[in-house]
Amino acid sequence: MWQYSEKVKDHYFHPRNVGRLDDANGVGEVGSLACGDALTLYLKINENGVIEDARFETFGCGSAIASASVLTEMIKGKTVEEAEKITNQDIVEALGGLPPEKMHCSVMGREALEAAIANWRGEKLPRHDEGEVVCKCFGVTDAEIKRVIRENRLTTVEEVTNYTKAGGGCGGCKPQIQKILDEVISAERVKQPRKRLTLVQKIKQIEEVLDREIRPQLQADGGDIELIDVEGDRVFVALRGACANCPSAGFTLAQWAEKRLRELVDPDLVLVEAEA
Amino acid sequence: MNPATRQVIYFDNNATTQVAPEVLDAMLPFLRERYGNPSSMHTFGGAVAHDVQRAREQVAELIGASPEEIIFTSCGTESDSTAIRSALEVRPGKRHIVTSRVEHPAVRGLCRWLADRGYRVTEIGVNNEGLLDLAEVEAALTPDTAVVSIMAANNETGVLFPVERIAEMCRARGILFHTDAVQAVGKVPLDMRRNAIDMLSLSGHKLHAPKGIGALYLRRGTPFQPLLIGGHQEQGRRAGTENTAYIVGLGKACEMARAAMAEETIRVRALRDRLENGILERVPYTRLNGNREQRLPNTTNIGFKYVEGEAILLYLDQAGICASSGSACTSGSLQPSHVLSAMGVPMAYKQGSIRFSLSRYNTEAEVDRALEVIPQVIARLREISPFGPGKKELLEAETTGH
Repeated sequence: MWQYSEKVKDHYFHPRNVGRLDDANGVGEVGSLACGDALTLYLKINENGVIEDARFETFGCGSAIASASVLTEMIKGKTVEEAEKITNQDIVEALGGLPPEKMHCSVMGREALEAAIANWRGEKLPRHDEGEVVCKCFGVTDAEIKRVIRENRLTTVEEVTNYTKAGGGCGGCKPQIQKILDEVISAERVKQPRKRLTLVQKIKQIEEVLDREIRPQLQADGGDIELIDVEGDRVFVALRGACANCPSAGFTLAQWAEKRLRELVDPDLVLVEAEA
Repeated sequence: MNPATRQVIYFDNNATTQVAPEVLDAMLPFLRERYGNPSSMHTFGGAVAHDVQRAREQVAELIGASPEEIIFTSCGTESDSTAIRSALEVRPGKRHIVTSRVEHPAVRGLCRWLADRGYRVTEIGVNNEGLLDLAEVEAALTPDTAVVSIMAANNETGVLFPVERIAEMCRARGILFHTDAVQAVGKVPLDMRRNAIDMLSLSGHKLHAPKGIGALYLRRGTPFQPLLIGGHQEQGRRAGTENTAYIVGLGKACEMARAAMAEETIRVRALRDRLENGILERVPYTRLNGNREQRLPNTTNIGFKYVEGEAILLYLDQAGICASSGSACTSGSLQPSHVLSAMGVPMAYKQGSIRFSLSRYNTEAEVDRALEVIPQVIARLREISPFGPGKKELLEAETTGH
């Protein structure tokens, strides 16, 4: 069973702004039955570019209904320019979170909004004729995957599937998704050169990560990890308690701790196990 | 209201069942004072062996087997894995497995795992009513076939398969035959004295015993290789200290199922039919998934066009009604049910498919309450849906299958 927030439940049991809008001047249709969800968003935009009314029709699960419902509340009264800035993360936040596997519902909301605005402007659908289809099962293009990776700072293929469904059918495109991930992540890295951390900042951040992410799990198993020293990119730690006596656990643990430290502190860090 | 105590209408008995109060009562002494190990040399433990033996007889009686043909396991999945892997061990050199496209993951997942390790797996298809084609099974059998594993009843549609006929085909060719019968045992009569099935899996929690107990029927004389190796328990066929309380519980549940089956089948079938016909009459744009006759008495699988299964379940849940769905959203895998897909159920009905599975504890009042709720839920969700008559119509392919 999915763990839905109270806000999500409220929106799927009591969806706001359901139904057609007969005098809509911007309509966005996304998704399909085969994809498992579909959303039609109706907008009524006045001469000043303000969204006066918004309604929706959804075929889909609870989170698809909730995402569309909350979106109509978010955009009513906003100008088109303001509404265009809404990301799928904004929808997720307004719902008090979504299960990871349901993130694609928020992406569908954002896509419907874009489609409806494009329709109002008399433009063609953005992105649908752009890029090459990567996931044939769900018809997801590389342009869309790249955008969702950037906007949500995704790092794994599984996350890309949760957000876009790409790779969730036959799974044949997973290597291609990994390639796109690698490209986007390395491009982003070049764009934003890392600030060099001072040694004190580095030690402080490492301690924080150990405290928050690593130590609680170890302590649950009767073990512990201690930071001994930091020299340049080399982080010296000692495993204590149960962990110290278990070579295989120690190895996996070191790999895991190093991965988290690289992700959260500095990608060049190397974990070195110090003699206790 | 506390979800644990809220009154629910439980129509999800193919997922799991309520433990019968009599079963729990039978088990409790073995969780309290009679905690001895049946393998012990003292009377305190050794006496428990009699209760384990009694349970073995009760299970055997339900399916017309001899007690020594029953091996207690931890669950249906363990029984399936034991049977199929044993068959491959005792037929060294044979690399072919025949199964169906609609098996439970316990068999399907294992066969796919074996396929990755060099075995050749043939998955037999089903027709649009979920029925298996015997000729196709026969054509798939080769001298290289080690084992055929085909379920007795499908968990999603309740459709029954002609396992006795398939068992005969296999015996004539010296091929071992296993059936995953976890949905069938206790609901339809089975008599192992009158068929050629070599191995049969059953599971406690599908027939009002608790989760965590199952059994494998192994026909006398069938070559066998245990999965769990170590101690001498279960005549060396399944090592590990006997789960005595649960074994006793399974025995009691089988005894109750046997005693009640004839009467219950009629009553549960009538309730199921009342629910099924009621839905099909009151809710437009619905269809039954699966053959109407060759079916478990407790199961119905209905497709609701224009609406999505998970949303239906959430709304039913709010009304205290438990069921399950074959839609993509509920699976967590983004793919709709492999069973309904194998049957070629059109996408429009597959995404909105709901399985209702009843038990002896359901009542007519519950069915009638569900018949009030379900049409309202579907109507409400159809209001929200962009699809429907007078709205966006569905593509031909979506309503007729691919």
